[in-house]
Amino acid sequence: MNTMTEIPTVAEPQAPPAKSKGALDHVIYVLKDNPVTLLAFAMFAVLMAAAVLGPALVPYDPLATNASEALQPPSAAHWFGTDNLGRDVFSRAIVATRLDLLISVAAVALSFVIGSVLGAAAGYWGGWLDVALSRVLDTIMAFPLFVLAMGIVAAMGNTIENIVYATAIINVPFYARLVRAEVNIRREAGFALAAKLAGNTDVRVLAMHIFPNALPPMMVQVSLNLGWAILNAAGLSFIGLGVRPPTAEWGIMVAEGANFIVSGEWWLAIFPGLCLMFAVFTFNLLGDGLRDMVDPRRRT
Amino acid sequence: MNRRLRAVLARLAQALPVILGVVLVSFLLTRALPGDPAAYFAGDAADAASIEETRVKLGLDRSMPEQFGLYVLQLAQGDLGQSLTTGQPVVEELARRLPASLELTLVALLVSCGIAVPLGVLAATRPGSWVDHACRLLVTAGVSLPTFFTGVALIYVFYYLTGWAPSPLGRLDFIYLEPPSVTGFFLIDAALAGDAETWFAALRQLILPAATLALFTLAPIARMTRAAMLSALSSDYIRTARAAGLTSRKILFGYAFRNALLPVVTTLGMVFSFTLGANVLVEKVFAWPGIGSYAVEALVASDYAAVQGFVLCMALLFVALNLLIDLAYSMIDPRIGFDSK
Repeated sequence: MNTMTEIPTVAEPQAPPAKSKGALDHVIYVLKDNPVTLLAFAMFAVLMAAAVLGPALVPYDPLATNASEALQPPSAAHWFGTDNLGRDVFSRAIVATRLDLLISVAAVALSFVIGSVLGAAAGYWGGWLDVALSRVLDTIMAFPLFVLAMGIVAAMGNTIENIVYATAIINVPFYARLVRAEVNIRREAGFALAAKLAGNTDVRVLAMHIFPNALPPMMVQVSLNLGWAILNAAGLSFIGLGVRPPTAEWGIMVAEGANFIVSGEWWLAIFPGLCLMFAVFTFNLLGDGLRDMVDPRRRT
Repeated sequence: MNRRLRAVLARLAQALPVILGVVLVSFLLTRALPGDPAAYFAGDAADAASIEETRVKLGLDRSMPEQFGLYVLQLAQGDLGQSLTTGQPVVEELARRLPASLELTLVALLVSCGIAVPLGVLAATRPGSWVDHACRLLVTAGVSLPTFFTGVALIYVFYYLTGWAPSPLGRLDFIYLEPPSVTGFFLIDAALAGDAETWFAALRQLILPAATLALFTLAPIARMTRAAMLSALSSDYIRTARAAGLTSRKILFGYAFRNALLPVVTTLGMVFSFTLGANVLVEKVFAWPGIGSYAVEALVASDYAAVQGFVLCMALLFVALNLLIDLAYSMIDPRIGFDSK
């Protein structure tokens, strides 16, 4: 319903309190209407708790090996069983949350910033900048994105930072295009012209008046992208790029566990895989829910 | 007709800068890295003299634009360099392994379209029914599935627990001989040779990896089919068709579905991009001898030319497919091609 009151609040945190209350009411209204989104927020809270508190909560040291307890099925002592070196799979899966989230959040933040700057500049000034940018973006999108990420990591070197950079690069086009479109349609809008007339510089008009309007759809993109970035990073480490053993990370744990699946030790691969699915599922649900809040018309 | 031909030619011309861009990126990935590319290409065991020799041989002592020209010239001759680990030309190895990947990808896409499109149509025609709910569940869960994890889970259930699937190692069990190579697609080759036993053996090996990939691609296709059908069914021309008293069958398939097909075909392009990436993971899980597992082996061995050849090959494949989709688009929709000059 009253999305108009929400946009400025999300865009400018210093908006008057009356409006902010309206937006909060709207959020509560949407959440009541859609229990699935509420569930998504709850799942997100669990994920955050695991990432922040995980290492302090887990019962065992994720790197401590114990040969006498190798390959034990799930039990009361080891909820997710133990791996071939006797490490506790539960502890490793929980501790891995922080690394996986860090990689994807860092990558998405990077592409958010780069994409926003490039897209806003191209959308506002247009001209050769716009042409050049869309050529570059077209070229990036011409690659199957996971394959491009593989190529980038292979070229820049096999480290976790490069996984972050590669994931950021392949996500930049989504943000740049979105921001470019949002900025472009508001370039000549009344409020932008008024701000310009009042003596604001181009950069200030762009950054303070036009760009904030692009934030609500950007938040949806961020949430959907986070899930995708986790999948991407886990996929890269599954094929042996970036994260190295013995570091606990979901992709690499599934890769290590895959060797034991044909002999029936399922818990090694299944539990980290389920954690990965849980995280991706959370961000996808969250993205859909945020989309409902930002734009009720696009509900499907 | 002449106009349409011109539109097709214009679309073909549009692909050229993209191909140039792809080649440029692939060049940059190879040459503009931190570190010495000559040392990479010469291999780990190289001494200073052989690195210098490689540098001159690869033309790395020349200026960047010159090197790019040289690179394009080599590409035009189909030269992607040699693999360090096997010593074979990269092009030959990719060409030998490509059919395995294509067979897997195409079968998976066919299966997933065969399930997702009817599911999406059903969900759109009966909103709120159990089909609709099943579709929504599948769509949300499907996009969250990591392909490598689905593959591992399927192996556990269908190979270890039930024993229905053969061991997940490659395209054909070792007791069978490869069918005489015509297309490189085992299913087609075996059918051509009239060898039913090998055909079934190849199919049995193919089912699990293809199902893994198909599960991954189901969600976006079903989602897009459902949304496109919903918007087509609520449009004015459908209301007009209903008012004119056309049969519901004619309305559904003759008008709504045909219009809904356009966004679905567009989505297929994006889905194909994801599939090519997911292919790498699925091939590793099932030890499938395609170009994906070739690239993974090359990555592990830091075999540089092979990885770059793979990336370039995948990108060109994807560009070609997008071209094909756009051309198909103008076939499905008669308005396109007449509007554009």
